[in-house]
Amino acid sequence: MLEIKNLSVNYGGIRALKGVSLCVEQKKIATLIGANGAGKSTTLRAITSLVKPSGGQIFFEGEDITNMPTREIVARGIVLVPEGRHVFPNLTVLENLMLGAYLRKDSSQISRDYDYVFELFPKLKERSWQMAGTLSGGEQQMLAVGRALMARPKLIMMDEPSLGLAPLVVRDIFHIISQINAQGVTVLLIEQNANAALKLADTGYVMELGRISMSGGGRDLLQNEQIRSAYLGKAKDVSK
Amino acid sequence: MATLFQQFTNALALGCLYGLVAVGYSMVYGILHLINFANSSVFMFSMYFAFYSVSVFYLPWYFGLIAMLALTILLGVCIERIAYQPLRSAPRISLTISAIGVAYLLENFATVVFTAVPKSFPDIPFLQEVIVLGNGEWRIQRLVIFVVISMVVLIAALLFFLEHTKMGVATRAVSKDFETSQLMGININAVIRVTFIIGSGLTAFGAFMWGLKYPQISPTVGAMPGTKCFIAAVVGGIGNIKGAVLGGIILGLVEVMLVYFFPGLSGYRDIFAFIILILILLFKPTGLFGAKVTDKA
Repeated sequence: MLEIKNLSVNYGGIRALKGVSLCVEQKKIATLIGANGAGKSTTLRAITSLVKPSGGQIFFEGEDITNMPTREIVARGIVLVPEGRHVFPNLTVLENLMLGAYLRKDSSQISRDYDYVFELFPKLKERSWQMAGTLSGGEQQMLAVGRALMARPKLIMMDEPSLGLAPLVVRDIFHIISQINAQGVTVLLIEQNANAALKLADTGYVMELGRISMSGGGRDLLQNEQIRSAYLGKAKDVSK
Repeated sequence: MATLFQQFTNALALGCLYGLVAVGYSMVYGILHLINFANSSVFMFSMYFAFYSVSVFYLPWYFGLIAMLALTILLGVCIERIAYQPLRSAPRISLTISAIGVAYLLENFATVVFTAVPKSFPDIPFLQEVIVLGNGEWRIQRLVIFVVISMVVLIAALLFFLEHTKMGVATRAVSKDFETSQLMGININAVIRVTFIIGSGLTAFGAFMWGLKYPQISPTVGAMPGTKCFIAAVVGGIGNIKGAVLGGIILGLVEVMLVYFFPGLSGYRDIFAFIILILILLFKPTGLFGAKVTDKA
């Protein structure tokens, strides 16, 4: 569904991505793990055209989307839940969700999708008139995910959705991710919580210094000795 | 008592005028974090547009006003496209310098094209007519009524736009976060263009009313009202629309009423705005309605 070929990105003089290739299959969950600064976020930012690649190509459903304006990429069904949530703090919860559906015109379907999001996240319904800036971190993450779902994405990309959240909330988030995937939405997940991410994922990619250093099935990578020592360490399993 | 009433209505009209233009400054600042120095020159050009459409091409005043609005908006949008849009990802200081450059460019361009000899703003007898109420003591200029009603209608429409339309919500989103707005599929250049259309339109309205009160047009005519309206926006808390309106009204009231109560100060009327600015910056730097600013530059 999403295919990246030999993608490079330069920030100033620094090469953040040095020829990344990866593939996300339809209706599957893929995860990208790796240390800070390995280039995971940059990869997602390049897919959504927030940074312009200096080389390589990105295909979505067979179409070359490299260098397309962000809004056209969003219109094709790719959404990004950015790192640090980035809800609009000065807008109400409802207005945030409304902007998620910004490019859609099917108003009757949109109102059904509000119900779907509120069903997934009942807390958001209670707080729909509240300014998003007044929500707790976990609620903001739910809003960010809900907002992304309002776009009716084919591919949802999440950048560190569990960052800075309490273990119980993290468990909820991972549960929601598999639920979303069960609805037929393809997921590309970046996680520092490699253990939980690999358990969930069909495919895993390991990034190191702007390159993919290893890839394989989620469960296989989980068993890999090298990965266990480098990324899993004594991480507590919170995905159950 | 009757003079007091008349002065009060004058003050209110001036305040509404300041408020309208201040809202333009405030909105542009809210979205680009840019103090749009070029707006004084846009104000000045707007007055020339009115002069040419009414005094030279003999349009009736209401068509003249429409032509003036259209041309001013066009000018504002062109400035944004040419001088600001290419600097979208540049540091804020570059944008500010670009705005100052545009201001000087337009001012000198106007001197070349229109010459420095002052022109007089067209007379509009309908608006300048004084309505006499009661036993002839209460007098009010039609312009005052026109200004106050325009202000209320325009600001109500603007608030409705921002609160209840998709584009309005998108505008508020873009003013907080360019990147995430793009991720929603919002075309931020279109949103910014709309902001400049609103800002320039309000500036044209302000220039029109200013011209009727102070009917002399020269290439530097925009400097004083432009600066005062910017001060009004700062006093209200820049980026905040209701604050800008309130700041404008406060400025208008102070300016006119102080001179009324202390006629000896009439030569100093232009400095009140600056004294208020200094006091606000000393005691409440974020303005009356200003939120805490977190600088993300």
